[in-house]
Amino acid sequence: MHDCRSSGASRWCYAGSLLWGLLAVGLPLLIVLAISFATRETYGWIRWDFSLANYRDLLHPLYVTIVWRSCAMAAAVTGICLLVGFPFAYVMARSSPRWQSFWLMMVLIPLWANFLVRTYAWIFILRTDGLLNTWLMQMGLIGEPITFLYTPWAVLIGLVYGYLPFMVLPVYASLEQVNPVLEEAARDLYASWWDLFIRLLVPLTVPGIIAGSVLVFVASLGSYLTPDLLGGARTMMMGNLLQHEFLVVRDWPLGSAFSIVLLLLVMVALWGYRRVTSAAGPQEFIR
Amino acid sequence: MAAVRQHIWASAIGSLVLGFLYAPILVLILFSFNDGRALSSWQGWTVKWYVTLAQDRALWDAAVVTLKVAVMSTGLATALGLMGAIALERGRHPWLELLLALPLVIPEVMMGVAFMLLFVVIKLPLGLVTVTLAHTAFNAPVVMVVVRARLRRLDPALEEAALDLGASIWQVFRLITLPLLMPGIVSGSLLAFTISIDDFLVTFFTTGPGGTTLPMRVYSMIRSGVTPEINALSSLLVLLSISLVAAALFQQRREVAR
Repeated sequence: MHDCRSSGASRWCYAGSLLWGLLAVGLPLLIVLAISFATRETYGWIRWDFSLANYRDLLHPLYVTIVWRSCAMAAAVTGICLLVGFPFAYVMARSSPRWQSFWLMMVLIPLWANFLVRTYAWIFILRTDGLLNTWLMQMGLIGEPITFLYTPWAVLIGLVYGYLPFMVLPVYASLEQVNPVLEEAARDLYASWWDLFIRLLVPLTVPGIIAGSVLVFVASLGSYLTPDLLGGARTMMMGNLLQHEFLVVRDWPLGSAFSIVLLLLVMVALWGYRRVTSAAGPQEFIR
Repeated sequence: MAAVRQHIWASAIGSLVLGFLYAPILVLILFSFNDGRALSSWQGWTVKWYVTLAQDRALWDAAVVTLKVAVMSTGLATALGLMGAIALERGRHPWLELLLALPLVIPEVMMGVAFMLLFVVIKLPLGLVTVTLAHTAFNAPVVMVVVRARLRRLDPALEEAALDLGASIWQVFRLITLPLLMPGIVSGSLLAFTISIDDFLVTFFTTGPGGTTLPMRVYSMIRSGVTPEINALSSLLVLLSISLVAAALFQQRREVAR
């Protein structure tokens, strides 16, 4: 009976899905991989041959700097999101159920507002004659405008703003599982605020912290729009270099090699996440 | 005493973070009603920037393109997503699952590049069609995930009973499975529709003549300088996507409550 159903309709669904997966996911990625081994010809077209020259070219200090900068920026964004997101997630998890769903809604909504618009909002605020400078000057705190925009700081703010919910949601999900009785017990045993945090809450929420960190890190690493609009030439990240190689320089083989590297970095982060979360339940982190 | 202090801390952290998340958007919307070109000081209320927008032909064209792409890609993505959800839920295909879910984790900029190269290699001219196909490709997994969650909670006995009573497989699908999955399909496609309307990056790489969507317009407007018109357009886009997602969430909640 069960077989009857799975043998008919779902076999067609399987065939169709396989076709979809191969055409829309497998094929484009294979083309990128193939082009990354090809050679650039004049007029931006490509010659199909097999060489590792593009990957070797990526070792040029200029590109290494950009990869390094992207990873450092992504790590900084992840760190700040954790510092800001953890206390907030804790407040969420310890409020009444009614408030919890309110907080949850409020964290989710910005995630669905147009990302381009959210980035533009920061241009509007951080410009030299933007809101922040105007207010600071009206309050007499500064004499002349500060350059916020087109600096690494602006990119940092923009990325934290964009991806903070990615950290808050998984950390909240973990914290919500922690029985408040444990905290009471710790307090009764004269645990300080700091001990409570480091020796109880953090160990119990490692899976959520890792999930949030991987999400924020991966999203920041692949970001294009934020460094493009809020940053300057000195804040170019991997996404911007990709766009530059493909649409400006039109060196597709090099760009392809670069996107394979980006994909590998993302895959390593996700693989590490899978390993950590599947290897150890939260209990194993308590000592 | 400690409890009171804790409460103050909680409120402070909560309002600071919410302020950080919402202030930029709210300020943007507020200043879209600001009279006068001075962008950083308040000059009084006006709706003239919205009137200017309404008179911009290019903007209307972009809105039509956006809508066309969103409707077509959502339709295709919903069909694919439904198919994928059934295939993965009714059989064990871990490799297919990995393949289909891959677009959810690949950086968007790389998706854009990969689709651009695909279209160039198969010599499909970049434009409305390529944008629609690319949107379909990144939206289908989204629909799949939402529908699959619904399918998992479906009682297989309902379909089996219909089969026992002599319904054909097609009848079972049309009369039993599809109606029961409908809430998942609706909220999944609403999310896909929203993502399509908001997408910038993949469109940026796969677009060509006739494929200029609203986010592409907004981007080129931002590039040429900050104006109150961008604030007005931005406000409209934000309200549109938030109300679409609210509809999707509402749909899901109503189902849970039932």
